[in-house]
Amino acid sequence: MKISLTWLREFVDLDESPDELREILDDLGLVVEGVQHVGEGLRDVVVARVEEIRAIEGADRVRLVVVDAGDGPLEIVCGATNFAVGNFVPLAPVGAVLPGGFVIAERTMRGVTSHGMLCSPRELELNDDHQGLMVLDELIEPRVGEGLLEALKIAPDVIFDISVEVNRPDAWSVEGVARDLATRLRRPLRAPSIASPNDAGSSDTFAAAGIDDPDLCGRLTVSVLRNVKVASSPSWVAQRLRNAGMRPISNVVDASNLVMLELGQPTHPYDAAHVAKRTLRARRARAGETLTTLDGVERELAKSGRGLGDTGEDCVIVDGDDRVLGLAGVMGGAASEISADTTDVLLEAAYFDPMTIARSSKRHALRSEASNRFERGVDPHLALRAAARFVEILTQSVPELSWLSNPLDVWGDVPTPPTISLRDADVERLLGVPIARDEVTTLLTGLGFTVKKKKQHLKVTAPSRRLDVREGALGRADVIEEVARLYSYRRLPRHSPTWPEPGFLTARQQLRRHVRDVVVNAGVTEAWTPTLGSDADFDLVHPGIARVRVTNPLASDESVLRATMITGLVRAWAKNFERGTGDVMLGEFGVVFQHPSATTEPRMTRGGAGGTLTLALPSENERLTIVLARPEDDASSAVALWDVLAQRLGLADVVVRSSNEPPRGLHPTRTAALVDRASGALLGYVGEVDAELVNAITVAPPLRRLGLLDVDLDALADPTLATRASMFVSVPSRYPSAVLDLAFVTPRSINAGDLAHALRQSSELVEEVTLFDVYEGPTLSEGTRSLAYNVRLSSEERTLSEDEVARGRAALLETAASLGAVLR
Amino acid sequence: MTTSPLEQLTEQTAELLASIEALATIEALREAEASLTGKRSILSTLQKSLGALEPDARKAAGAELQEARRVVESALEARRVLLLRDARRASLEADRLDLGDVIVSDVHWPLSIGHPGLVALTQRELEDVFVGMGFSVADGPEVESDWFNFEALNIPPGHPARGLWDTFYVELGEPETVVLRTHTSPTQIHLMEHAVSTNTLPIHSVMPGRCYRRDTPDARHLVGFHQIEGLVVDRGISFGDLAGVIETFTRAYFGPDIASRLRPGYFPFTEPSAEFEVTCTICHGDGCRTCSDTGWIELGGCGVLDPAVLEAVGIDGDEWSGFAFGFGVDRCAQMRHQLGDMRALIENDTRFLGQFS
Ligand SMILES: [Zn+2]
Repeated sequence: MKISLTWLREFVDLDESPDELREILDDLGLVVEGVQHVGEGLRDVVVARVEEIRAIEGADRVRLVVVDAGDGPLEIVCGATNFAVGNFVPLAPVGAVLPGGFVIAERTMRGVTSHGMLCSPRELELNDDHQGLMVLDELIEPRVGEGLLEALKIAPDVIFDISVEVNRPDAWSVEGVARDLATRLRRPLRAPSIASPNDAGSSDTFAAAGIDDPDLCGRLTVSVLRNVKVASSPSWVAQRLRNAGMRPISNVVDASNLVMLELGQPTHPYDAAHVAKRTLRARRARAGETLTTLDGVERELAKSGRGLGDTGEDCVIVDGDDRVLGLAGVMGGAASEISADTTDVLLEAAYFDPMTIARSSKRHALRSEASNRFERGVDPHLALRAAARFVEILTQSVPELSWLSNPLDVWGDVPTPPTISLRDADVERLLGVPIARDEVTTLLTGLGFTVKKKKQHLKVTAPSRRLDVREGALGRADVIEEVARLYSYRRLPRHSPTWPEPGFLTARQQLRRHVRDVVVNAGVTEAWTPTLGSDADFDLVHPGIARVRVTNPLASDESVLRATMITGLVRAWAKNFERGTGDVMLGEFGVVFQHPSATTEPRMTRGGAGGTLTLALPSENERLTIVLARPEDDASSAVALWDVLAQRLGLADVVVRSSNEPPRGLHPTRTAALVDRASGALLGYVGEVDAELVNAITVAPPLRRLGLLDVDLDALADPTLATRASMFVSVPSRYPSAVLDLAFVTPRSINAGDLAHALRQSSELVEEVTLFDVYEGPTLSEGTRSLAYNVRLSSEERTLSEDEVARGRAALLETAASLGAVLR
Repeated sequence: MTTSPLEQLTEQTAELLASIEALATIEALREAEASLTGKRSILSTLQKSLGALEPDARKAAGAELQEARRVVESALEARRVLLLRDARRASLEADRLDLGDVIVSDVHWPLSIGHPGLVALTQRELEDVFVGMGFSVADGPEVESDWFNFEALNIPPGHPARGLWDTFYVELGEPETVVLRTHTSPTQIHLMEHAVSTNTLPIHSVMPGRCYRRDTPDARHLVGFHQIEGLVVDRGISFGDLAGVIETFTRAYFGPDIASRLRPGYFPFTEPSAEFEVTCTICHGDGCRTCSDTGWIELGGCGVLDPAVLEAVGIDGDEWSGFAFGFGVDRCAQMRHQLGDMRALIENDTRFLGQFS
């Protein structure tokens, strides 16, 4: 909301500088997002008449313009072309300082000297127009040599752009801001002058008003204005609207807008000649009714609602023939609009149920200055004062205006202002500091609260405009916030609370950190790829599977929640590869999603209106996915990286088990499942990205294998799934170990890790079993390979005898044989 | 008198089909393609010879030839699909590697320097500060019901304050009942409900996590972003405690010469609500372009828990009170590292990612 300092000063004395006011407004929670100085730096600018326009030899972008500003001809070089000889334009002469501090000096171009500058509106900071010079003929009756400020009747002013929070509709007006300032600065608040009905004729002899549905429309007032002459507004009205960022239209519309800006009450003027039976009624729209709003769109009313809590209801204003004139509080219709011929006006000033307006406005995707205010809540008691202010303003351009007595005033349901009991202790409990009762009273009274002092407490009644103040304990918090706000948050003392409970990270968070440290130390660079992707990408890995979709994506290829991070990482890597920075391992920690219908165990949570339903939500799985893309990386590198991670996490025993049917996106014959031996749980996959996936994603598929490690962090974080090695350490035997190298010819179906595990269990003498060579070749029979293990045998008590070693060896061979592995 | 060039078409077609069946590899198929259906194939030669026929005979023969071509081409295509599948199967088989046989000590492993993500780094620093102040750290889901994301936080359906969040709705159940969380605040509700059901109040927690906003990304905003939210529910907690915690955090994270201040704000789930600002880290309070010459930078929001929120989760507001605060993790990273354009975070250019340690 843009508010000028001059306007504010009509309501409250303010001798503070703009900077000081900005500080105070910020501290009141009326955040100043910008300060604009209008008319500043225009003192030197004068009105000049164009006498002659000449081309400059060798220059096609600029021309020589001769102007007269009262002191004879001046030659100016100018690039604009939107004017002709005889036009009046603003001239900044040599020595002038323009807004922003730009100093005009003589300049010579192509042998021609320019003695000043002709200005566009933007150069003068009057508006954003920079299409050409500001041609004054269209705006005023210009006189050569006159100061521009005087010519345009601009008074230098300061404009604050204030952002008002949605719970403060009472502050969304000049008067509202002034009220906060007056209370904080302990100065009186002045009310603007208002008119009284000046025509003895009673309104009900001319017009009628009614409310059919009091739950939607809480109050409908209609003022009858006669002898209206539609014209342009006085210049001060036009200037105020422009300063507020609104375009002046006509005296009637402008008065309505001015009152809305000043007091916060939207009003709607109807041409009485086009309102059947000069009757305005508020009622629920009926299914099938339509309305063509002022923006030219035909809208279907009372259509079924969408989303939680939307009843589909619209409140409309209808005429005496029950014809819909407008969507109440949102936008009017074209039929009864004010026109140049209007002589009788019905001025509506009303209160509508905020939620009804909010839902209508959202459902019809129609927002207006009025709906923005009504949906937050307009003071139900403001309507007739706003009408009186409207008449006061309109009378300035239409002195013969008459306002019929006893304006129509029909009431529906309006909220009753709550009364709250406030003990001293309540204030201290919430704010942490006591504030004297007198000060509390002064602050609240300044805001219009009624405060009655009782023995034990204050009885505080909110003014009707404070629709944000609730009943009971909730209202107490609302009122204390107002006390704190006016008192100033900055003055409230700070405490540093302490508590006996220690701070901590959960085991899950510690694990996440640990995993991150391990893989980064191993050389992985962390990436962040999008959660939302396209159907095409989803289908690359999960063809035809139910997917979680957002209903309102920003783009169609950002509409599906990812079910894997592989696609995103390969894409991220491919971009790097194309620019020659692809020799890297890229990894991501993140969540992937599964549609509730695609899982037997969807996440169940509370939902629906009031949280009364149980909803099945997508399951979320946190994973770590790493693409190993250095020049010689492959599935083996990924296994090595997994080994580093498994050892550093102290996992007891995870088998790297080749999987015959790996998930799509993974290389079908170079992928293994990571299986916890004790629990049997799947902890993830290791291997390579399927070349088909890489080809589908990259523009110029590289001849490079991409190693892949994809770990389920949910499983890893669960000690019943990812079994940890014992925390108790063992001290190696003091006696020498016997070392055996054993090579077994083993069926392909036997996993090398399973065999090692079995060997370890073969006798209590086995200290360690390590695979050190794998051989396959023509000397071995089909479907077998040779696995060579280095085995250490030892005893805690003594050096092993040859016999004992032989027995240990025999046990090893027997165990191997039971799995089909034969000593080579 | 001339005989039709198509007299032996049936035999010729059968020959072609047989030779297609005989193609054993995809390479052989590619080589043979031209001679089977190309310009110099028997079919094309026959096509050319049709020109010599009478118009009527030409038409009949043309149709016959066209049918033969269709049969041959579809046989070729079927063979191609089969051979491609076989080729992929064969190459996958040749490629097969039993990863259980990998000897890790033999794997070629050049030294690489890795880099943690900037967001993760920043989140860790923030968590450490809060853990040092006595907060535990909690996680929460990214997809939430409307109840957790809005209604339990005192933002009922249709509330104008919903406009403060650009919400992505998830296509599940009734329209607009499931969302991508727009803030980390729903995790507060989960924590409070849990504490109530397990009788484990008080709560002193921070909740970092990824959130989503439906807004075109620019230099300061991304669709996915990270917040950290704080929640204290305890006995005798006041606005003064909130201000004290914010100040302690500010100095601990940004340094002793950076201060905080609160100004009134609005959040439906807190009352009183405040925005908190910290001394501009660029100019240290002297005023510069970044802080619009105010010397302060807005960091986040906070406030005393609204009694309606306590009520929604079943906490007795007479016994317990609390406060919440929240701010952007990415924004902290942006401030500390003077990151001009947030979008660099999701572009994954390794030249950018390589700067973090
Ligand atoms: Zn600064």
